[in-house]
This record gives sequence, structure tokens and C-alpha cells, in this order.
Amino acid sequence: MTLWGWILAACLVSMATKLAGYLVPTKLLDNPRMLRVAGSVTIGLLAALTAVNTVAAGTQVVVDARLAALVAAAVALWCRAPFLVVVAAGAAAAALARLLGAV
Amino acid sequence: MKLSESPAVKVGLSIAVATGLYGLSFGALSVSAGLDLWQTMALSLLLFSGGSQFAFIGVIAGGGSGLSALSASALLGIRNGVYGMQLNLLLRPAGWRKLLAAQVTIDESVATATGQTDPVEQRRGFWAAGIGVFVLWNIFTGLGALLGAAIGDPAQWGLDGAAAAAFLGLLWPRIQGLEPAAIAVVCAVVTVLAVPFVPPGIPILIAAVVAAVLGLSGLGPASEGLEPDVDPYPSGVDSEKPA
Repeated sequence: MTLWGWILAACLVSMATKLAGYLVPTKLLDNPRMLRVAGSVTIGLLAALTAVNTVAAGTQVVVDARLAALVAAAVALWCRAPFLVVVAAGAAAAALARLLGAV
Repeated sequence: MKLSESPAVKVGLSIAVATGLYGLSFGALSVSAGLDLWQTMALSLLLFSGGSQFAFIGVIAGGGSGLSALSASALLGIRNGVYGMQLNLLLRPAGWRKLLAAQVTIDESVATATGQTDPVEQRRGFWAAGIGVFVLWNIFTGLGALLGAAIGDPAQWGLDGAAAAAFLGLLWPRIQGLEPAAIAVVCAVVTVLAVPFVPPGIPILIAAVVAAVLGLSGLGPASEGLEPDVDPYPSGVDSEKPA
């Protein structure tokens, strides 16, 4: 399937998931195990995406300027900066690290 | 009460501005991941869920397959289904409104609605935040995509670093407790360990399985990680935290 195909499929899945919430019997909400799994999967995925976008290059683990970005973002978050500032801090740190010679 | 005086509408619109603005970063990152302007816009218009959109382009940027990108995005979107169940009880939309409500069911609209106690205000807050974020998120996604296409080499501007920062920013509000933090650390370590051995994109799905197993084994309180990742009512005295 082409990239367009996957994009539209992902859009359809998202819309179906949202609508399903409005259509399923509300009893499902009372299942604490289901909620716990959904919550921990959300956390696990975001942690995995953070890790991959920091140290993965294809199938290699590399340390490069992106690590500086992660540290800068963590500092910004610690200071309760808004999301856009966190992202900008990450970009600035990575650009600066490259300017100073990091790969 | 006039609509312009409604506290929920005010909160909804201010959160729409804040959230809409970071559509800039999504648009720019999506283009640097290799999507074109219209593919980027399709994600913001149709998929319309920040975390899932970032997940999709994050996997593509790392060289992952379309199927891995779809899976990561779909798994991150599960919480929207849970939100839908809550909102269906809260707002009870009927007919075509149900379709529209489903499309704007995201962290921000849920947090705004559940932070109100009066049913009328809950409804106003939901629609103000949902429609407000939808409009601004899409405008700024388009601007970000145009900007991203104009600046050339994304690495030179640190845009790859911006992606790492964005995911940490999405994760951060969900790991206030010790157990959610433990889940995050375990999943991050598993991901890094898996990177050299499986194709790109797969480590993220392995981490999702590990997280599901940890959740099934009862780690963490029932609702951890499932609250919306925004709190529009940080210091209000007469408001309640989103449930």
C-alpha cells in the first residue's frame, strides 16, 4: 500500500475509534482492567516514541544532537514551559549542538 | 447567561489557541518526515488527534513501515474511544451531532467539558474547545507544513530534536506518579534494546505490548495515563479536575 493508503487507513481507524466510544454500551467503562491497559499502553507508546526519536537511526542506536534536545526539553518541562516552548527548546538545543560539532 | 460570558467557552477558546499553535510544530515535522502538504493536512483534518498524528509521522520519520505507523497511531487513539464513552454519558448527543462530537473528541475538549459541573457549561465547553482546536489546529498545521517545506534541511534547524522534545512533552503530564513513570522507563528501555534487532517501527509496538502486559498485571491505578494530557483549570477554585 502507498503512503497515502496508510494515511487514509489511519484516519479511518481514528474516526471509527472515536465513534465507537459513543456507540458501545457504557458498561464497558466500568471495567477497571480495560481502562488500566488503555492507560498504560498510552504511556508506553509515548515513552517508546520518545526513545526512538532520540537515539534510533534506522536499526542503529546512536548518540547525537537529539540527546541534547531531549535534555533541553526535560528542563523546559521541569520549568512548566508550554508545549510550543518545549518543542522550540528541543530544536534550538539540537541545532546548537550541531553548530558546536555534534553529529 | 450570554455565550460570551460563559466560563467554559472562555476556557475552551483559550485552550484552542494554545493547542492550535502547536499545530505549527506538527506541520513542520510532518513535512520533514517526508509527507507532503496534503498528506499532512489529511492527518489533521481527518485523523485529528495530536498524539496519534505525531506517532504516525514519528514512525515514518524513523524509516518504519506504513503498517507500523498505522498501528502506533491506532493504539494511541484508544483513549479517544474511552473519552467517547464518558462524553456520551455526559452530553448525550443525538443524530448527526453524535458524528460531529466524535470527530472533535480529543484530550482538550474532554478536559474542558469534564472540568465543569453544570451540564449546560459542560456542553458549551466541549464544543468551544473541540471546534476551536479543530479550526486552529488545521490552520497552523498548514502554516507549519509550508514553513517546514521552505527551510530546507530539517536537521540543520534541529527539527529532529524537536520531534524528541514533542514526544517527551506529550508523555510528561501523564507520568506524575511513580508507577506510570516506571511503565515509561521500562518501555523506553525495551524500545532501545529492540532497535538493533527488528525493523524500524516494530520496537514501538513491542513497547506497547509490554505496557499492556504491565497494565494487565495491575501496575498503576485504574485511570493513570488516561486523563487528558491537558488541565485547563490549573488554579480555579470552583472547578474540578478532569475525572
